Amino acid sequence: MLTTREDKIMEYFKAFVIGGGICVIGQLLMDLTSYKITPAHILVGFVTGGVFLSAAGIYQPLVDFAGAGATVPLTGFGHLLAQGAIKGAQEKGLLGAFGGGLEASAAGISAAVIFGYLMAVVFTPKGD
Amino acid sequence: MKAAKKIGQQTIAFANPPVISGASSIVGPKEGKGPLGKQFDTVLPDTLYGEQTWEKAERKMLRETCQTAIKKAGLTIHDIDFMMAGDLLNQIISANFTARDLGIPFLGLYGACSTMFEGISIGSMLIDGGFANYVLTAASSHYDTAERQYRFPTEMGVQRAPTAQWTVTGAGAVVIGTQGSGPAVTHVTVGKVIDLGISDVNDMGSAMAPAAADTIIRHFRDTGRSPADYDLIFTGDLAGIGRALTEQLAKKAGYDLSKNYTDCGILIYDPSQDTHAGGSGCGCSAVVFTGFLLKEIMAGRFRRVLGVGTGALLSTTSSFQGETIPGIGHAVAIDAYNPGG
Amino acid sequence: MLLKGKKAIPSDRKQQESEYREMVNRIKPKPPLLRNILGAFVIGGAICTLGQALINFYLSFGLDKTGAGAAASATLIFLAALLTGLGIYDSIAKYAGAGTIVPITGFANSIVAPALEYRREGMVFGVGQKMFTLAGPVLIFGFVTAWIAGLIAYILK
Repeated sequence: MLTTREDKIMEYFKAFVIGGGICVIGQLLMDLTSYKITPAHILVGFVTGGVFLSAAGIYQPLVDFAGAGATVPLTGFGHLLAQGAIKGAQEKGLLGAFGGGLEASAAGISAAVIFGYLMAVVFTPKGD
Repeated sequence: MKAAKKIGQQTIAFANPPVISGASSIVGPKEGKGPLGKQFDTVLPDTLYGEQTWEKAERKMLRETCQTAIKKAGLTIHDIDFMMAGDLLNQIISANFTARDLGIPFLGLYGACSTMFEGISIGSMLIDGGFANYVLTAASSHYDTAERQYRFPTEMGVQRAPTAQWTVTGAGAVVIGTQGSGPAVTHVTVGKVIDLGISDVNDMGSAMAPAAADTIIRHFRDTGRSPADYDLIFTGDLAGIGRALTEQLAKKAGYDLSKNYTDCGILIYDPSQDTHAGGSGCGCSAVVFTGFLLKEIMAGRFRRVLGVGTGALLSTTSSFQGETIPGIGHAVAIDAYNPGG
Repeated sequence: MLLKGKKAIPSDRKQQESEYREMVNRIKPKPPLLRNILGAFVIGGAICTLGQALINFYLSFGLDKTGAGAAASATLIFLAALLTGLGIYDSIAKYAGAGTIVPITGFANSIVAPALEYRREGMVFGVGQKMFTLAGPVLIFGFVTAWIAGLIAYILK
């Protein structure tokens, strides 16, 4: 598929706006609750939120529209988990519902664990 | 029978006011860049201070400030009868390990950020009671050790609330004795634990202000004194928001603090240092008192001061379980000269 | 009147507490909402745009859509891990807020930061055990809800 220059720019623009917009929702959740919602809550909330939106069929259209703007935020991670589990269940039955989510997200999780470990070995925390 | 040295409900008036015969302070690099930077005995080049861990660095600060305070009092370790110290870490390890190194009979204290003034209070009682000739009391805190214990790992990307306070990296120590020419502790008002239902861990100042105000009001009632009797009234580390609340609470009770009241958490940092509401931690009131205010008293700029150490008595467990934050404040009245000596 | 101790007079106390809360709310500074939103939008958006560039980059190498997406995620995770190790990520986060928490890089940061922080407590009880203090809940709730979604899909099939 050949894309024109304008299409490319539009693609980046959509990723920027939708991705930034999803982050703003997280910011509002923290600021407007005077930080009762912590970053830990944001991480958990966005992943599970993504799972719900994906299962309800709302998230895939957003991914089609915004590309990385929808897949890079953690809601996209939830989308990956949900689609993996749903596809697994449809193709392999009940066992697939167990394995599908992890299969789909394995690379990302492993990358985070492995890089995390390596960084811990190489660096020391700087503090403030 | 009424206790001989107790006046009012919560206050002790010393018969022979104990004397602060030596004091020392040590701070981290950020505090060294603050408005009081030049006042402290030592400013660390970095927060690790040549150690492997921040916890070890905190201990080293505490140990060195204790040794310097003893030296400045013209004494040796063997002259000290008892040592009292505390910090913010679980099981007050900084104080315990320092006491292990110094080998002085030791009483561990936990009063959160009020520890320094809790120590001065009990130390003065030991002296005036005739139980000791010299008592060493100290407190420490360290930004990075506190942050990783109470909040998030230091490298975690989080935004701080505008009400949040910055834990001071620093340690302070004083030696209290029976006689000498230093400033004298005349009264101590032991605070009650007060909790007005604040549960926001990013807003310690609001949680502690009622306790500070309660102790200040009680001190005036018990002694019959008023804010005008003091050249300076300072609280431990309520920072900007807590200070304003304390002033309002005192005003409600009929005491006007607007002329001569400040807070250690405000004094230690410059607003440009991005510490949000101001400083906190055991080290905050400890270093501002020993490094700055005590020197001002000795230089004759303040004849009589009232210091109120304030602490937020929560733990990570209690706050995760949704408990509110209890606060405490201990007031210590200090005269520039020793009337007895 | 002096402030009452916690259990002194219950009814009086409730009122005192709500009065005090009002007093605190009057004085409490609000977060700089507009600045925070702008920071989150720009930096969060920039991370997603970088993600898009990475996806396109890997697509041009002939990877399929899923493969390119996974490779782009892994690259972002590596970059976040590196910046966390260098002590830069938390400095960016000061301005970005949710802009550095919500993208997948925030997940990486939440794993690397405790791993780094607790290495001084040893490899097993430090790095190993603490690595998932923040990411653990994410995976748990992610897996459970995804499993439920799969289960529903299975039943509806």
